[in-house]
Amino acid sequence: MTSPDPLKGYRGRAREVLKSHQARVWADVEIETEDGVFEGIVLPRSEQADDRHMVLKLSTGYNVGIAVDRIRTVREKGFREAHYKIPEKEFPFDPAKPNVTLLGTGGTIASRLDYRTGAVIPAFTPGELYGAVPELADIANLKTIKLFGVFSENMGPNEYITTAKAIGAEIEAGAAGIVIGHGTDTMHHTAAVLTFMVQSSPVPIVMVGSQRSSDRPSSDAAFNLQCAVNTAARGPIAEVMVCMFGPTSDSYNLLHRGTRVRKMHSSYRSTFRTLSDIPMATCTPNEVKPLRQDYKRRRDDRNVKVDAVFDDRVAIVYYYPAMKPDIISSLVDNGYKGIVIAGTGLGHVNKPLYEPLREACKKGVSVMMTVQTMWGYAQMYVYDTGRDLMELGCVPCANMLPEVAYIKLGWVLAHTQDRAEVAKMMIAPVNGEITEREPPDGYLVFQGGLPEVEEFLKRGWR
Amino acid sequence: MDAWRKSLLEGLRFDDLGYYQSLGFKSGLEIHHQLDTRTKLFCHCPVRYRNDAPDAVILRHMRPTLSEMGTYDGTALMEFKTRKQVVYHLYRDNVCTYEMDDTPPFPINQEALDFAIEIALMLNCKLVDEVHITRKQYLDGSIPTGFQRTAIVGVDGWVPYRDRKIRIQQLAIEEDACREVSDVGHQVVFRTDRLSTPLIEIVTKPDMRTPHEVAEVDELLGRLLRSSGRVRRGLGSARQDVNVSITGSDRVETKGVPRTPDIRALTHYEALRHKALIELRDELKKRGITTETFRTKEREVTGILSSSRNPRIAEIRKLGWPLVAIALKGWGPLLRHKTQPGMTFAHELAGRVRVIACVDEMPNLFVLDGLGEGFSVEDETRVRKAIGATDDDAVVLAWGPGEDARTSVNEIIARAKEATIGVPAETRQHLPDACRTDFERILPGPDRMYPDTDSPPVPIARDRIARITAQRALRPWEREELYVARGVPVGLARQLAIHRHARMFERLIADKTADALLLAVAICEWQTAIRRERALAGKPRCWPDEAQLEQLLKEGLAKKTPRPALLLALKKLYAEGIVEVPEPLAHREVGEIWARVQEASKDVKYKTASLTADYLTGRIMKESGWRASPADARGIVGKHLSI
Repeated sequence: MTSPDPLKGYRGRAREVLKSHQARVWADVEIETEDGVFEGIVLPRSEQADDRHMVLKLSTGYNVGIAVDRIRTVREKGFREAHYKIPEKEFPFDPAKPNVTLLGTGGTIASRLDYRTGAVIPAFTPGELYGAVPELADIANLKTIKLFGVFSENMGPNEYITTAKAIGAEIEAGAAGIVIGHGTDTMHHTAAVLTFMVQSSPVPIVMVGSQRSSDRPSSDAAFNLQCAVNTAARGPIAEVMVCMFGPTSDSYNLLHRGTRVRKMHSSYRSTFRTLSDIPMATCTPNEVKPLRQDYKRRRDDRNVKVDAVFDDRVAIVYYYPAMKPDIISSLVDNGYKGIVIAGTGLGHVNKPLYEPLREACKKGVSVMMTVQTMWGYAQMYVYDTGRDLMELGCVPCANMLPEVAYIKLGWVLAHTQDRAEVAKMMIAPVNGEITEREPPDGYLVFQGGLPEVEEFLKRGWR
Repeated sequence: MDAWRKSLLEGLRFDDLGYYQSLGFKSGLEIHHQLDTRTKLFCHCPVRYRNDAPDAVILRHMRPTLSEMGTYDGTALMEFKTRKQVVYHLYRDNVCTYEMDDTPPFPINQEALDFAIEIALMLNCKLVDEVHITRKQYLDGSIPTGFQRTAIVGVDGWVPYRDRKIRIQQLAIEEDACREVSDVGHQVVFRTDRLSTPLIEIVTKPDMRTPHEVAEVDELLGRLLRSSGRVRRGLGSARQDVNVSITGSDRVETKGVPRTPDIRALTHYEALRHKALIELRDELKKRGITTETFRTKEREVTGILSSSRNPRIAEIRKLGWPLVAIALKGWGPLLRHKTQPGMTFAHELAGRVRVIACVDEMPNLFVLDGLGEGFSVEDETRVRKAIGATDDDAVVLAWGPGEDARTSVNEIIARAKEATIGVPAETRQHLPDACRTDFERILPGPDRMYPDTDSPPVPIARDRIARITAQRALRPWEREELYVARGVPVGLARQLAIHRHARMFERLIADKTADALLLAVAICEWQTAIRRERALAGKPRCWPDEAQLEQLLKEGLAKKTPRPALLLALKKLYAEGIVEVPEPLAHREVGEIWARVQEASKDVKYKTASLTADYLTGRIMKESGWRASPADARGIVGKHLSI
C-alpha cells in the first residue's frame, strides 16, 4: 500500500521545500531547523491546511508542525508507513442464529480517520466492522453489502432507489432482518423514503448510525450496531425504524418509526426523537421492548412490495416573515412539480405569497402545507389565512413532518402528477406519517432548571 | 503509620550518589500544573471546583480503538478487559455538553496557549511552529471522550541545576481529567468539575541520579512554574509523576506523588523493587524458567475446598464464586520473593487482579505454601494434589465473580510470565505510607496517540512569540539575583520570587530609588500576617484587588508614609477594599504631639535614658495615629533627653 504521492497532502511552498530536501511522507527523519533538531516520522498533511508547515510525529506519539522555511536539512533514517486497518475477520456462521443483512451506505458508524484530510471518512468495509465489534457474532449471522460510502448529506434519489431495491432483494433471499448503516444527518429522510418505497415488509428494517465516530473510545457506534442487529434479528416490529441512543447515557436505544423521527441536536448521542408521538420501543443488544402495540408484526412470508421511484422536482420552502413572492415563482419557473411549505403556526404564510401560490397550483404544481413548529398539526380552518391558502390550492398535511412531506411528495409525484390524485395520496398515511391523534405525551421538551426535571436528571441513567 | 514510615526511612541517605550509581538509578519527572485561566481549554465553562451533589448523572463505557499506526495500545486493551461502568457527575454551572462528550471541541483557549508558550520559553524550550492537537487515549473513564486532548508546545528545553543542566524533553498543553469519586468492582464514579481545566505537562529527561536530586529538581520546576504567575495554586493544582529505572529495567511511572519530599522514599523503594524483580528473573533463569519454558497448570478447586475452614474461602463459597488453583511450575517459594518492605512478588499478582479483574476486596488471592493464609495442611495438600503440583512448584489460589475469575487467572499467569523478562513497564500508585507502590495500569505507549480530527492545527506566529517573550516572567533564580542586588535578604528574595505579586514588586522597583526592602516586607510578610490574622478570625480567604494593592504601595512609597501607618492602610484594604494612604506628619505636628506626650508622661522614668526614649517615642507614634515618622519622633525625644 505504498502511496503514489510521496508528499501526500503537501502543496505550494511546503511541497517545494520538502521536495528540495528529498523528504517523503512516512519517512523517519532528523530535521535540522534554525532552532535545533527535530526527530520523527513525516506525516501526510491535511489538504485544507496551509502550505507553510510540515507535520512530524515524534517518538512520543505527539504530532508537531514545523515551518518549512526554517528547515535547513532533512536526513532520512528509515521508513514506516502506517496501515490503519482493523483486522478484517470473516464473520463466523452459526446455523442456529438468524441471518441479518447489513447494508452500508456510509456515515460515522463505519468510518475511520483520514490523515491526509485530517477528517473522518466513511471507509470501513463491513468485514472490518465485524473486526471492530466482534460481539455482533453473538447476536446473528451477518451478511454485509457495501452499497456506497457517502456522507449522509450526499444521499439522494438514486441512492434511495438502490437501497430500497437491495432491501427487497435481501428480504426475498430470506434475511431475518435488515440493518442499514447510515450517516445521521439525513437518516430521517432515508427512513421516510424507505417506508414509502419498501412496503409490507415481513421483517424489521433498522437504520443505524453513530454520533461519535467509531475511532473514539466513547463511540456510540458499537452499542448502536448491536442494538440494531438484535432488533433486526429478533425484534417483532416489521417496519422501517431508526435505532439510536435513548438518553445520552449508554443505557438503551429507542426504536423510532421511520416517518415520525427527526434529528434534533447537532451533536448529542440522543439526537433522534419521535415527534408528536411516542417511540415504538426501547431496545438493548439482547432485547426489544415495545412501548406500544400498534406496530406491524414480523411475518414468515417474503411478500415485500418494493416501489422504488422518486421525482426530484420537489422543494421545501421554509417560510420566514417578509418572504418575497419570487421564492415561489422561481421554483415554478424552474420546473418544480411539488412544493412543501414549512409554514408558521398552524400552517401560514404572508399575503404576498398568495398570488404566486395560486399561479403554482394553476400550473399543476402540488403545494403541501406543513408546520415549522415540528410538533402539532397544520390546522388551516382556524384562521382566515389558512382558509385562504386552502382555497388557493394548498393541501394541509396534518402532522406530517416537513422533511417527511418532502420525501413523500417526491415519491408520490413519481406515481402521478395529477394534483387531486397527489393530494389524495399525500394525506393517506402509508405508515404513521400522519396520525389521527397526538397523545398527551407526544410533545415533551423538558426545560432544565425546574426542580422536577433536575430531579429526573439526577437519576437519569438508572 | 508514622512509626512504620519512620522505620522505612531510617538510615537512608537519598543523596548517596555512589550507591545509586551502582544500581544504575535514573529518574525523570512529569509535572502537571493547572494554568490560571478564566475558562477551560476547549469550551467556555468557568474553572471551578464543586463538592456538592451533582445536578445530573450519566453512564458511559469505553472501547479501545486502533492507533494511527494501525495497532491497539496495551493499556487500552487492558482497560477494556476491566469492562467498567463509568458514571459521571455533572454540574450545570461549570460543565457543558463538551465535557459530556456530546459536543465537539471549541477552538483552543488562546489565553492558555499564551501561558504555555511563556512557560516553554522560561524552560528554554524550542517552540513548535504549529500546535497539533492530539488525542491521548485513556480508557479508565477519567475523560468522557476516552481521550485527553493534548498538544506539544515546546521540546528540548533545560533548566540549570547545581553545576549542570536538567534536560526538558517536552512541554505539552492539555485538558485535565475528572476527579475520581469511587471505584468499586465494575463501577467507577467521576466528578466532572475539574475536567478540561487547562494544564501543562512538563517532562524531564531521566537526568536525576539520586532520589534527592529528583526531589530537588521537582522543587526547582515547581518554583519556576509558580514564578510564572500563570499557574493555579492550592490543593490539586499540581501533580507529579515520577519515572524510575535502574540498570536492566524499563521505565516505571509512579503517578500522583502527593508531596515533593515523598519523592525521595518513593523513588528509592521503587528502584529497590526493580532490583528485586531483576534478581527474581535471574533466579528463574537459573532454574531454567524463561519466557519460552514458562509453564503453568490450572484447575477449578471449588469442590475440593468445600470443607475448608478458612474464613475467606467460606465467604467466597457463600458468594458462589469459583475457586481456581494455578501452579507455577518450578517456582518453589519464589512468590514470597521480597519486592518492597513487607511486600512480596505475590503483591505484584494481587495488584493486577485488583485492577484488571476488578476483584478488589483484599486478599484477592492466596499463596498455598504452608506459610500462613490460614489453610490447613490437608486443604493445601488436596489442592496441590488436584493440580498435580510438586514441591518445586508454587501454587496460587484465585477467585472472582463469574468471568472475573477467568480474568484473575489470566492476569496471574500473564504477570508471572513477565517475571521471566524482568520489570514490566507499568504505571504505579503510591501506598498511604508514601514509600511503597502498587500496580495501577500498564504503561501506555505512543500507540495511544491520535491526531484530533476535530481541531485544526494552530500556527504560533513569530510576533506572538516576540510579544510573549517581551512580557515573560523572570525565572526564580533570575529574580532572586535581582532582588538581592536591590537589598532584599536572600530568604525573603526566595519567597518573593514565587509570590503572586512578584511582577508588581518588579514594576515598583523599576523606580531605582524605591525602597525594595520595604516593598518586599509589605508584599510577603505583611500580607502573610494579615491573611493569617483574618483566617484565624474566620474571615474569607482572599487576595486584595491587584490594582488597588499596587496603588497603595506606590502611594505609600511616594508619600513616605511611616511603616506602621502603611501596614494599617494595607489591613484596611483587606478589610474594606479601599485605598487610603496617609501622609506622614510634618515635623511641626510631631512637635505638637510631643508637647502633649511630654506633659502627660513627665514622671515616667526607666532604668536608662535610652529606654525612656523608646517609651516616649512609642507614645508619640500612638498619639499620632502611627503617622509620625519614627525617626522624627525619636529625634525629638532624643534631643530632649540629650541622648
